[in-house]
Amino acid sequence: MQHDDVIWDIIGNKQFCSFKVKTKSQNFCRNEFNITGLCNRSSCPLSNSQYATIREEKGQCFLYMKVIERAAFPARMWEKVKLSKNYEKALEQIDQNLIYWPRFIRHKCKQRFTKITQYLIRMRKLVLKRQRKLVPLSRKVESREKRKEEKALIAAQLDNAIEKELLERLKQGTYGDIYNFPVHAFDKALEQQDHESESESEEEEAEEEVEQREFVAEDEVEESDLSDFEDMNKLKTSSDEEEQESSEGEEQQEESSDEEEAGASTSKSAARGRKRRAFVEIEYEREVEPVSKSRDF
Amino acid sequence: MDFTEVPVTSERKSKKKKNKRAGNKRVSEAENGESVGVEKKSEEKIMENGESSAAFPPTFSVSEIKNKQRRHLMFMKLKQEKRKQKLQLRKKKKKERAALGDKAPPKEVPKTIENQRVFDETTVDLEDEEIAFDEGTDEFSAYFNRLTNPQVLITTSDRPRGKTVRFCEQLASVIPNAHVYYRRGLALKKIIPQCVARNFTYLMVINEDRLVPNGLVLCHLPDGPTAHFKVSSVRLRKEIKRRGKDPTEHSPEVILNNFSTRLGHTIARLFAALFPQDPNFVGRQVATFHNQRDFIFFRFHRYIFKNEKKVGIQELGPRFTLKLRSLQKGTFDSKYGEYEWVLKRHEMDACRRKFQL
Repeated sequence: MQHDDVIWDIIGNKQFCSFKVKTKSQNFCRNEFNITGLCNRSSCPLSNSQYATIREEKGQCFLYMKVIERAAFPARMWEKVKLSKNYEKALEQIDQNLIYWPRFIRHKCKQRFTKITQYLIRMRKLVLKRQRKLVPLSRKVESREKRKEEKALIAAQLDNAIEKELLERLKQGTYGDIYNFPVHAFDKALEQQDHESESESEEEEAEEEVEQREFVAEDEVEESDLSDFEDMNKLKTSSDEEEQESSEGEEQQEESSDEEEAGASTSKSAARGRKRRAFVEIEYEREVEPVSKSRDF
Repeated sequence: MDFTEVPVTSERKSKKKKNKRAGNKRVSEAENGESVGVEKKSEEKIMENGESSAAFPPTFSVSEIKNKQRRHLMFMKLKQEKRKQKLQLRKKKKKERAALGDKAPPKEVPKTIENQRVFDETTVDLEDEEIAFDEGTDEFSAYFNRLTNPQVLITTSDRPRGKTVRFCEQLASVIPNAHVYYRRGLALKKIIPQCVARNFTYLMVINEDRLVPNGLVLCHLPDGPTAHFKVSSVRLRKEIKRRGKDPTEHSPEVILNNFSTRLGHTIARLFAALFPQDPNFVGRQVATFHNQRDFIFFRFHRYIFKNEKKVGIQELGPRFTLKLRSLQKGTFDSKYGEYEWVLKRHEMDACRRKFQL
């Protein structure tokens, strides 16, 4: 015979119920037919011979009912009713099936059904939204890649590569006229001129050596400047500074040439000095007497 | 009486340890002792290893010693010997080189991975007509024919954290015409038509994992290819030592190094089309994408020419490395997209000298 009170007396409080989960504040019931999920006298499916639940299977909701007449036939104990997909119709179905049943069970069934439909709707919505795919990382592979990256970085020599590329672009002229060192062209032009004048300068070298042994005072330098006056008239220079530089340069050359052997550099610089001398323009200022301020009317 | 057989080798070794300068006597003793118990092989090896140091009795391997400390010591000694021999060999070679002077054979080029790279059949010849034709008619032709100006939209995955946000901002400062938009859980497939409608040419999505950016999806917009990269070693501006001031608004120049295969060329054009065609040389800024062994290093520098042979560069801007994971034709569609190239680790990473880009 089915004595609900006795059953509850035993499993509810005094002895063990395998479905009961005890926590600090509450007791839960893990029985899959439990309607509220709590361990109560009225919610326990084992200690209520007339009981009903809502359960969901693959998106379909079913109403399960248990009556005392079938308590002896465990295989047929639960009656399963498929509820319609329409929410209101399903509620009416619940009402129809549980007519004359205790108010508590009817109410809780409808509550549970509402909750289930809500979470089903949410599940369907989430599937349509973006799914996050978790890709597992293999630690070995990651560490291997990291090491490869470090070695590749060392092999890359990035700074050098970038500098080389930039210099190449400069050479090829992608920067146009922004940077004012087209020095290669200038050097080449100078070299050409020097090649032309080298033959001359070789002759001049001999003369220079003879000259350099003499101690020449500044005045004499100026005289020698004047001696080249005819040449200088033909050629022009920019400023008087070069004149000074060239004279200084010449003096230095005279000093250093004793120390240095006649190398190409000295001949070239001598030639340049000569050239510079040749380019020097001497401006003669004519001092004009100022107009006398005395007014003689 | 019980005899315990003590292997001759271990005794010998302990003796050796005590008297390192074992004279020939000991060696001969050892040899005698050994030849008794050991096969002919050892004798042959004695002949072979005649040059090797006398301290080592022939043919025992260091791994046979059971005692860890002693084994370790023996191994260290072995290493030292090897090193010494190597040094001697080098000295000898150097002497020979010096002696020969000009007639010496040319220096041998050391093998590097780049030297030994397996020849890739898709390497691009610069004058290939087919490639020139392809590049004239692919999705980037509009950019390279100066029909469109690049407009870049930078966004992240959901709920980005600090480092990623700052990385996005810095990227936006480096790439001209770039805007950062907060991704509010929107689906990429819905963002893309909107971007196309607003004339964006690029969509850049930075994926974040555990507070650090680790992925980059670069999508060329009017149905262009989509490239998915793995991002690693991100350094923001704060973390770069000896850096310059913040980058200005001038368009940077672009340097693309070492993209040799067809795939590499496609990726290189993908990067090139991010930046406007006419760089402002006044700005003196340069963005570099350097490919080395399938890793693409990104750097952003400011340069200055000190003279025609020297240039100084100063790093501004963020730096990061990319590794290509997949290249898909068409805009972002991971399920039904047509993939031109996918990284298959077991096939492609099996050989150390084979690279894809």
